[in-house]
Amino acid sequence: MEARRQELLNQGYEEVYTRTKVLTDAVMHYCPGCGHGTTHRLIAEVIDEMGIQDNVVGVSPVGCSVLAYNYFDVDFQEAAHGRAPAVATAIKRLNPDTYVFTYQGDGDLAAIGTAETIHAANRGENMTMIFVNNGIYGMTGGQMAPTTLVGMKSATTPYGRRVELNGYPLRMTELLSTLPGTYYVTRQSVQNPAAVRKAKAAIRKAFENQKLKKGLSFVEILSNCNSGWKMTPVAANKWMEDNMMPNYPIGDIKVDGKIVDGIDANRLVLDHALTVMQ
Amino acid sequence: MTEEIIIAGFGGQGVLSMGKILAYSGVMQDKEVSWMPSYGPEMRGGTANVSVIISDERISSPIINQFDTAIILNQQSLDKFENSVKPGGLLIYDPNGITHEPTRKDINIYKIAATAKAQELGISKVFNMVVLGGFLKLKPIVDKQYIHEGLEHSLPQRHWNLIPQNEEAIEIGKGLIEAVQTL
Amino acid sequence: MARELQLMKGNEAIARAMIASGCDGYFGYPITPQSEVMETLMTEKPWETTGMTVLQAESEVASINMVYGGAATGKKVATSSSSPGISLMQEGLTYLAGAEIPCLVVNVMRGGPGLGTIQPSQSDYFQSTKGGGHGDYQLYTLAPASVQEMYDFVFDAWDIAFKYRNPVLILSDGAIGQCMEKLYTRDYVPRWTEEERRANAPWGTWGKPATRPHNIITSLELDSARQEVFNLKLQKKYAEMKEKEVRFEALNCDDAEYIIVAYGSSSRIAMKAMQMAREKGIKVGLFRLITLFPFPTKQLAEVAKRVKGILCVEMSAGQMIEDVRLATECGVKTEHFGRFGGIIPTPGEVLEALENKIIK
Repeated sequence: MEARRQELLNQGYEEVYTRTKVLTDAVMHYCPGCGHGTTHRLIAEVIDEMGIQDNVVGVSPVGCSVLAYNYFDVDFQEAAHGRAPAVATAIKRLNPDTYVFTYQGDGDLAAIGTAETIHAANRGENMTMIFVNNGIYGMTGGQMAPTTLVGMKSATTPYGRRVELNGYPLRMTELLSTLPGTYYVTRQSVQNPAAVRKAKAAIRKAFENQKLKKGLSFVEILSNCNSGWKMTPVAANKWMEDNMMPNYPIGDIKVDGKIVDGIDANRLVLDHALTVMQ
Repeated sequence: MTEEIIIAGFGGQGVLSMGKILAYSGVMQDKEVSWMPSYGPEMRGGTANVSVIISDERISSPIINQFDTAIILNQQSLDKFENSVKPGGLLIYDPNGITHEPTRKDINIYKIAATAKAQELGISKVFNMVVLGGFLKLKPIVDKQYIHEGLEHSLPQRHWNLIPQNEEAIEIGKGLIEAVQTL
Repeated sequence: MARELQLMKGNEAIARAMIASGCDGYFGYPITPQSEVMETLMTEKPWETTGMTVLQAESEVASINMVYGGAATGKKVATSSSSPGISLMQEGLTYLAGAEIPCLVVNVMRGGPGLGTIQPSQSDYFQSTKGGGHGDYQLYTLAPASVQEMYDFVFDAWDIAFKYRNPVLILSDGAIGQCMEKLYTRDYVPRWTEEERRANAPWGTWGKPATRPHNIITSLELDSARQEVFNLKLQKKYAEMKEKEVRFEALNCDDAEYIIVAYGSSSRIAMKAMQMAREKGIKVGLFRLITLFPFPTKQLAEVAKRVKGILCVEMSAGQMIEDVRLATECGVKTEHFGRFGGIIPTPGEVLEALENKIIK
């Protein structure tokens, strides 16, 4: 790939956009239009820009991003389903000067791994957790996730999620912001360039915070799952803005250990009215 | 020499620590030892017992059901362990609270009124050492100097000032023990 | 700390050996009858002396995954638990084996099934040696029978774990864990320096220098052909352990007409039964397993050729006996005697069982 690049440059092509060196040459298996690819790139850019490629360990989950370790050119561990925060806890405790991050989806982080997530946050583990929320189980074929919206159809809620049967969508990010162990808690998205720029700044901050040793930095990234939602990528992004975002509002919730001014306290106590799909 | 001992009584009577001091003294004298407690819910109040083995040879089982010596500090333990003393073995008991005296005819039986004596002297905290003294009078399996070292190792350093009191209690016990039945 | 004579509980010995053997991290969750392991570590505060990390996790599930994370950075990491907690760890153990991560796991067994009892038992033999989790994997399994062995086997465990890149299990039980015995401590082995860590664990995820490709720790391989090759590699490793790392102790087996096979605390009881039998003029030997995996198949078969019968003693309904019968190809009368549910058999009961089930 590098040879081809040189060849093109020699032919006089101008390079306007290139793969960051912290990503490998491996071809990503993600569906076109999915937010995972963009999120991977943002993390890789941050690692590159911070100059920490030789001092970072990532932990990948079970779910769509199970193979994340093939895409990042940094040392990586693949955790059992839901256990990434526990795995990362020990990496960081035993290597306190190494940058450690987890990368998990909603099923991994907010269902099977809820205990590990909450306790890592509550211990104030000095690491970065990236949480990609697309409201569905992508890899296993579109089943209900803890974050699936009320009324939203999935393979296991073919008539739409019902509160009586399945309870409410779980807002892990708001929940974690209430714990004293979290230092930075934010929700971002990657559906357009403006959102991507903000998401990258959030990821950068979440990594930079590890130098401060003041607790967990947690970044939720809202993403579409166009395959699971059975939409085109463009329609999926629109649907995400119309339906996901009212339930999962974008923006910082906690910065430098303090809940952000203007965050409605009601939002943190899970206002049920918000959870009904538009 | 192998001496297999059970010490049994109420939790809080210092049963386990008496065993530990004895075992540690054995270690200091370069004997082989084992200390095997009963544990679990029964330890929280109720009865407590510990098997201590001191030997010149490698100890096989730390878990045993026949003893050379039973040191008994309450009625339940007497009921439970009287029949576990090997024929010709030794049973020592504190008569405090004992309503049914031991009945075996094939063992040596001694009593030591340690509870009463310790109360009388205001040394209830080292009651268990009075009992240990009685046992050591009959079976001097560890030497005095090693008992001292055993106490040093068993007690945290901040309690080393209590060692003389413990040793005194052992001496009191030696004078207190009396034969009920000897073969 | 230098070599020193002490009186110590088995569980405490495990903890002190971890510190003394240069362990980098311990992650655990309280459960009877092994809670003294973490209690001792927390009291000793090794992070102030050797620099060892000790953390109480939120569950055994988290503990074993912390072991995964920490050990996969090429450090010496351990956990301990008792039977129900070890059941929870089975997922983590198969991942550890599948990702070839060296580590130490201690099981101080109690009676089951289910919540069972907190009293000693040996009913986790199958779980330990036949794969408690999914997939074809083995844990190198050491069965200490004394407090001294509880201590020494921690040191041995690191050697095996890193030599084979495989988890090591110390399978003990509540009797040895709670028992106090004489113990010779050893000189401290310093924790590895950064250079030693990198040399001893070149596969570790300790940060990718420009000089090597990124290290990946995973047990996932979606390509079946490659997964088969990987499994063959594991099997080769286990075969090498069977060849080179078998440990056992044969006592009075040379002139024995009958032998007792046992491990851990049962072997102590069996030793007493053997002595009692010899006093009665019955020529009994004791074949004590030290490694449960690899099982001393050849060595036991050799001894079995010379005897009239074998009594297997285990605090279970009869698990180890299956491997004994396989080793001897059922060529000699072999019976099981055990108590379970937390009841410890007495030496007298063992002798009686030998007389009734084997000699008669």
